[in-house]
Amino acid sequence: MSTLPWLHPDRVAALEQALRQRILILDGGMGTMLQAHGLDEHGFRGERFEHGHDGHAHDGHAHGHPGGCDLKGNNDLLTLTRPEIIRGVHEAYLEAGADLVETNTFNSTRISQSDYKLQHLAHELNLEGAKLARAACDAMTARTPEKPRFVIGVLGPTSRTASLSPNVNDPGFRNVTFEELAANYTESASGLIDGGADVIMVETIFDTLNAKAALFALSELFHQRGARMPVMISGTITDRSGRTLSGQTAEAFYYSVRHALPLSVGFNCALGAEDLRPHIQTLANLAESYVSTHPNAGLPNAFAEYDETPEHMAGVIAGFARDGLLNLVGGCCGTTPAHIKAIAEAVRDCAPRRLPGEVQEAA
Amino acid sequence: MTTPRHTRLSGLEPLVITPDLLFVNVGERTNVTGSAKFKKLIKEDRYDEAVEVARQQVESGAQILDVNMDEGLLDSEAAMVKFLNLIAAEPDIAKIPVMVDSSEWSVIEAGLKCLQGKGVVNSISLKEGEGPFLEQARKILRYGAATVVMAFDENGQADSVARRLEICERSYRLLTEEVGFPPEDIIFDSNIFPIATGIEEHADNAVNFIEAAKLLKQRFPHSHLSGGVSNVSFSFRGNDSVREAIHSVFLYHAIQAGMDMGIVNAGQLAIYDELEPELRERVEDVVLNRRADATERLMEIAERHKKGARGQDNGNALAWRELPVRKRLEHALVHGIDQFVVEDTEEVRQTVTRTLDVIEGPLMDGMNVVGDLFGAGKMFLPQVVKSARVMKKAVAWLLPFMEEEKKLSGNTSKSNGKIVMATVKGDVHDIGKNIVGVVLACNNFEVIDLGVMVPAQKILDTAIEEKADMIGVSGLITPSLEEMANVAREMKRRNFSIPLLIGGATTSRAHTAIKIEPNYETACVWVKDASRAVGVAQSLVSKELVDGFLAKVRSEYAEVRERHKHRGPGKKLVTLEHARGNRFTCDWASYDPPQPVQPGITVFDDYPLAELRETIDWTPFFQAWELAGHYPAILTDAVVGTQASELFADAQAMLDKIVNEKWLKARAVIGFWPAANLMDDVEIYTDDTRTQPLARLHHLRQQADKPVERPNLCLADFIAPKAFGKPDWIGGFAVTAGLGIEPHLERFHAEHDDYSAIILKALADRFAEAFAERMHQRVRKEFWGFVPDEALDNEALIAEQYQGVRPAPGYPACPDHTEKATLFKLLDATNNAGIELTEGFSMYPAAAVSGWYFSHPGSQYFVVGRLSLEQVQDYAKRKGWSQAEAERWLAANLDYDPD
Repeated sequence: MSTLPWLHPDRVAALEQALRQRILILDGGMGTMLQAHGLDEHGFRGERFEHGHDGHAHDGHAHGHPGGCDLKGNNDLLTLTRPEIIRGVHEAYLEAGADLVETNTFNSTRISQSDYKLQHLAHELNLEGAKLARAACDAMTARTPEKPRFVIGVLGPTSRTASLSPNVNDPGFRNVTFEELAANYTESASGLIDGGADVIMVETIFDTLNAKAALFALSELFHQRGARMPVMISGTITDRSGRTLSGQTAEAFYYSVRHALPLSVGFNCALGAEDLRPHIQTLANLAESYVSTHPNAGLPNAFAEYDETPEHMAGVIAGFARDGLLNLVGGCCGTTPAHIKAIAEAVRDCAPRRLPGEVQEAA
Repeated sequence: MTTPRHTRLSGLEPLVITPDLLFVNVGERTNVTGSAKFKKLIKEDRYDEAVEVARQQVESGAQILDVNMDEGLLDSEAAMVKFLNLIAAEPDIAKIPVMVDSSEWSVIEAGLKCLQGKGVVNSISLKEGEGPFLEQARKILRYGAATVVMAFDENGQADSVARRLEICERSYRLLTEEVGFPPEDIIFDSNIFPIATGIEEHADNAVNFIEAAKLLKQRFPHSHLSGGVSNVSFSFRGNDSVREAIHSVFLYHAIQAGMDMGIVNAGQLAIYDELEPELRERVEDVVLNRRADATERLMEIAERHKKGARGQDNGNALAWRELPVRKRLEHALVHGIDQFVVEDTEEVRQTVTRTLDVIEGPLMDGMNVVGDLFGAGKMFLPQVVKSARVMKKAVAWLLPFMEEEKKLSGNTSKSNGKIVMATVKGDVHDIGKNIVGVVLACNNFEVIDLGVMVPAQKILDTAIEEKADMIGVSGLITPSLEEMANVAREMKRRNFSIPLLIGGATTSRAHTAIKIEPNYETACVWVKDASRAVGVAQSLVSKELVDGFLAKVRSEYAEVRERHKHRGPGKKLVTLEHARGNRFTCDWASYDPPQPVQPGITVFDDYPLAELRETIDWTPFFQAWELAGHYPAILTDAVVGTQASELFADAQAMLDKIVNEKWLKARAVIGFWPAANLMDDVEIYTDDTRTQPLARLHHLRQQADKPVERPNLCLADFIAPKAFGKPDWIGGFAVTAGLGIEPHLERFHAEHDDYSAIILKALADRFAEAFAERMHQRVRKEFWGFVPDEALDNEALIAEQYQGVRPAPGYPACPDHTEKATLFKLLDATNNAGIELTEGFSMYPAAAVSGWYFSHPGSQYFVVGRLSLEQVQDYAKRKGWSQAEAERWLAANLDYDPD
């Protein structure tokens, strides 16, 4: 796949130039921002789903019968029902200093949307999600052309795991196959690409086999389209055991995904910045690609809220940056534009981590 | 690229194939075509047992697991998927990468879809032409795997050197140029064919493979060379001894030629050097095709070697005695053989002009070999300590001669440096310190060991007198941490300038940085374990290295302090009132506390060691020697198995003597008293009337912020609250197995045998633990008797699957060591069991355990964790202490900075 040309060569060139110059800023959490709007079931449904089914579905009987099932909490659906809110979140992060924003498509796979009986929306959610972020980025880039903004098309982990059994009594059982995941990701990624994403990010990887299915799908998709896009990979170290949910160490995780020749590799979610540091250090020591991280705002407190302040989080991340571990940094659960602004300021004067090849040139 | 081009595979853990690995073992027993047993298990759908075969392969040292389900009567795809999914759920198997092995592409692809890690495909080839080969290679790259490439093309399998090269070169070119396959992810299998088949054309089969290996490794230095090793000995089916010999000789030569991976039975490889010489020679003739009658000559002796071949190499055990004397000394040092060391040392002494030359020459050369091997991870601590024993014996022999020469010339020898070492005041634990001392002595440091319970003043006075280059302090119990800080303060006050080394199980980098170094900024270095001690000590005595080394340590510690200071609020503690409100409770009103069968004090004066021997928990014994792993698996561990087995054998031999010759005496005292709970305290009464208090026990409560279903525990909660008026009880115990140890330790020291001394101490510790466990069991079944019919095996006991707990003061559930004073008074433990308490509340003999017994079914072990100022003040009041006293004894648990 490395032999294929880039789909958007000029955008890749601009992105790589920026990466060589400075630490780039990712956006922060979506969920916290949406909660602030206090939307109820009606708010989530919007006009299109207000009558208990998808008013846009061509075949009202085959799909689109979410009447018996609450849609509240399906944040990705807001891309279709309340696009102005999602666009507002993107704009808030861009104003805060984000160079890259992530599409609102974390759960926009057929598997995850089937929990709401909305699996038929998978392609549309990704297409529209990418368009919204594209429009927000383009408007911002027009204002500050010297600082181009980029759209990251997000592929989430789905609600199933390919290498773990959901049934403790039957460790050999799986509720999803590699093929099924690959087909899901192909559909979602097509939407993201068509909607104008600059980069695809496979993120919040609990189970590396899910990610490998996504990377496999992307590779085949690029091959079919005759052009490729940069791929970012971000795993999740679930707790202080220092392993992914599926049991891998940070180093083993990297070796499992390195064949995709990613633009960047990193970790996000589950832990705060302090606890992620040793694992980011591992990647910084090993990775031939750029290194990213978007931690949570600390660990959840007793009320399952994230309460690490922007100042504190930025202070910790400044330490990462000073030690030359980072190329891209942002936030995950619990982070807000205030966090991103503080992080952007904290790392502004720090040089980005150099790739192994560059170190040699410099020496 | 600065990232070296190594093959980087993964299961749950990484496997980076660097040249240091020499040879990667691919476990072959999970292959239906190679193992009749595995095939039977799969065919009969006995997957649980099949998974055990995989586990056995990993335990015997397989670094990659080959899985093959190619059997005509099986649905190979389904079997592959099922087996891979099952082993994915076993972390001790899934930690290593998988090699998906099949001649069917569809089976390989099904297997690749199950691997979250980076595995290996076995195999693809040009057999069906370039089209399928390229397509499969592209897919493999997309799935993220390395691949074995068979030397096979449209014209068949390569058997000559030239054909092997031709096919491998063509495959390599296609893979790297057409597909973009990384060279390091290509593993050539250039076909291992059988030898000694009786067919003349087969005679060169091994030679050709080896010859091709040399050329392939030269041409493709980043790629690997593998093969199915058992093919080579196919004609000796049924004679495993000869087969193993052939494998070992073949691998010896093939590895030298460049083969660096092989599918082998990981648990079953003979050591080339240890093969019986006649067998080795005849096998070598066959493998290297050195003579026309090689096969016949091997057949001649094959039957004789069929059984027990491994036991017959004793005749050769003394072959090293034929070597020149300097080599003999090296051999004796490396292998830890002290049998001939005095005569060999004397032989060398007679050839030199200065006795010191014997030490600085052959003995130090030998020890340097030991040091290098240890540094490279090829020798382990028990071996090094044995080497030191040999060295000490040689030096002891030479000392009188050197004294004589010194009188004549006035010259003295020059060591690497001098270190004063001690276990600090109040602490008696010294196994780790002794090991560090031995390792440093091996590396030509002069070690002045002051022993245990050494006050700071004595340590510092000795350092001045001896003009020491550094001081090393060690300790195990938590109060020792404070005493180490005190040593540091004293060093500063007395204007010392030499480095202070900190070691011991409870010490840490963070503690050293935060609590010790600020008291003595000159030079404080935490030493993680014995294997680091030499590097640290050498850096500190080297004029070139010392400044840089200390600067690095200082900045590291400064960063730790900085991080500590900015660690933020952390998880907030709840108030003491809140924690008490969330205490452990049960339906006390309907609870009937079990009444002890034998209340009061019971003394065991000379407990039979033979009874305790069977219940020893061995894992910590190996930990004491820095050998990582669980017993018994550690005995067959790929890395440390040999050393662990040897150490275990030595320990067993000493155990025989300890038991038969009564080296150690085990004594114990237990007691039960009427008790009631008063918030965080336990009140103990003189008798059943429960009117006259005898003592009050103080406990501490967890203050972490916990959900309601998880109480904030305090040991006192497990006794019925006084208000309920239930006749509850508490028990106490003190046991030791270390009485009478001193004369034996002295004897070993006189014989310069630290190895045996350390084994003896570690065994006494194990006996004490086994004794405590045994007493607890008897308490549950007989003396308190709340589970008279408990039936648990040793493993279940070690895993603590029983009702009731026996927490020890000073450990996580009751971290205050001073409570031992109350316990000892209640038990009169010094009179009844011969155990004394030091001023730091450490027990002597060190091989001793004491604690409380709780019987409540809900009682459990837990960690008290951090304490707020509020609880510390409350506890001080209950104990009759000042706040400062409380903070000193609870230093390790404070949630705040008392300064």
